[in-house]
Amino acid sequence: MTDVIPIGNPARAREGATPKVDLRSLETLWFQVGGTVCNLACSHCFVSSSPTNRTHDFVTLERVRETLEEAAGLGVKEYYFTGGEPFLNPEMEAILAATLEVGPATVLTNGLLLSPERCRRLASLAAGSHHSLDFRVSMDGWDAESNDPIRGEGTFEKIVQGISNLHDAGLNPVITVTEVHGESASAAGKERFFELLRRLGIEKPRLKVLPLFRIGAEAERAGAYESWQRLRAGDTPEEGWDHLQCSSCRMVTDQGVWVCPILVNEPSGKMGERLADTLDPFELDHPACWTCHVYGVSCKT
Amino acid sequence: MSGRTPKEIREQRRAERERMVAHRGMATWGERLVPLGEFRRVAESAGRALSEKERAAAVATFLERPADGVPVEGPYRRIAVFGGVYNNHRALEALLDDAERRGAEALYCLGDLGGFGPNPEKVRPLLEQGAVATIQGNYEESLASGREDCNCGYTDPRDNHFARLSYGYTERNCSEAFKGWMGGLPTRRRVAVGQRELLLVHGSPRRINEFLFESATPVPFLETLLDQERCDAILCTHTGLQWHRRLPSGRDAVNVGVLGRPANDGRTNVWYALLEERELPSGKSDLDVELVPLAYDHQGLAEEMRREELPEEFVETILTGWWTTCLEILPSRERAESHY
Repeated sequence: MTDVIPIGNPARAREGATPKVDLRSLETLWFQVGGTVCNLACSHCFVSSSPTNRTHDFVTLERVRETLEEAAGLGVKEYYFTGGEPFLNPEMEAILAATLEVGPATVLTNGLLLSPERCRRLASLAAGSHHSLDFRVSMDGWDAESNDPIRGEGTFEKIVQGISNLHDAGLNPVITVTEVHGESASAAGKERFFELLRRLGIEKPRLKVLPLFRIGAEAERAGAYESWQRLRAGDTPEEGWDHLQCSSCRMVTDQGVWVCPILVNEPSGKMGERLADTLDPFELDHPACWTCHVYGVSCKT
Repeated sequence: MSGRTPKEIREQRRAERERMVAHRGMATWGERLVPLGEFRRVAESAGRALSEKERAAAVATFLERPADGVPVEGPYRRIAVFGGVYNNHRALEALLDDAERRGAEALYCLGDLGGFGPNPEKVRPLLEQGAVATIQGNYEESLASGREDCNCGYTDPRDNHFARLSYGYTERNCSEAFKGWMGGLPTRRRVAVGQRELLLVHGSPRRINEFLFESATPVPFLETLLDQERCDAILCTHTGLQWHRRLPSGRDAVNVGVLGRPANDGRTNVWYALLEERELPSGKSDLDVELVPLAYDHQGLAEEMRREELPEEFVETILTGWWTTCLEILPSRERAESHY
């Protein structure tokens, strides 16, 4: 493990001021509910989650409750939960129950901790709420050979089992795939995932493909950003930065409130202690911001 | 795993184990590993920590919106509001009859006149006949400004494929005069029903193509919007699925649904809303919201769509009441209730 990975060629860095993005409304609130703790250590993880990475720790039920209260006063529309692996958080199901009382919730999970019993409990949580409860299960290939080198030996089988357990309980997750195999984003690549899901008996297959962020473990796997991959004031589109998710989201971790789900391992991405501290504009001063802009990324479903 | 020797598999497992414990006692800071304590120390002092008083002020400033200055129409006793005509002139014709029969004093359309159905030019004379006050949907905005797509807000390639087909058809079959008229429509209206002020928008008060689905539009969010807009009710369309919610504050949020295609429930009727102020026994009043199912000549529409060579997927929706496209936008609850 190298300590510092050099970034690009400084000679190609671009001049100019760093643009700022306004928070036009706080629509989507994220919780880094699983911290950076994960039962996997995927080679492309942009927050380098692993069983021993405690950069961020679990967010407690108490902290979630306080934040939900503050969020209601700001008119938040939807809640997302990620990690790490959210279901490693021992309070996760209680956190979902509390959230579904006030709004719709989506959980991003690796699918490994979705036992039939848990899936049945989650289904009854969903049935008992006015709001949608949605799941996103990550996988990186349509078979063990394409998935396991990225997510770990033997994970394909377990992920498929988790998806089946959700399906058997009446929950239909969105399968989330990164572009780690270029093919995944193509029509033919997507069809391979749809085929897999149909084989599992899922009649309404749902799929989301995400580009990779060249930070964290992914920077080691595929190389870090080049120095020219930075946003500058001149890049500001005519219609502004409303297409960036940081114009409508914030991320709560055990250590405060960050601007977005991508930059949690950058202390400079932290904007404050409470939501009310983070309503000011944010400087798009990170190469990952370039990815969001160029690829039109939203971590939302 | 084909093609790998046991030794290679052992090697990979060893590398994986190493990767999984590499962070022991360390934090990830961008592309570096640093001692956990160092990350936490820097993170602790990063960002702002306002006082409680400053926080209250920051929230108030953040939520403050200037008044929109839109004049209030009315007051009316009873109005009919509909959206999403999608070229379905047969349903629009049925609406004009039904709303008149039910005593609506004024008719309002929340936009998206085109797309999906046949013969866009048949819509405008009906709007004029009914003296319908119309606001701009994303469709009108796109057609009037020469956009290449409908800006419906889909993210799925299949949804976008069908959206392009129907937008292309409407764009080709719509006169320049009609498009010009669309460009002159307002994007919001305010209407008094009795003592109550209703805000009429297409998607949401803040974005023309925002989806407000029932299971994904929580109460605190709506209360905040109503506070910001200083109104007693918000009426919207855009999703294609109708719902009404009475808020704890006594105010209302209504998605009036669409006239253009059925509501993905296996029934062929479409929906609109009737609104009037109702006196309560307590001496107070509330807004009586009736979501009205509307039958129309859907067989005739299907035949017309086939003559116009519109996608058979669209015709199926008209004939069965189940959506075959635009499914990816549905939240999990609405998707679970749909056929496809």
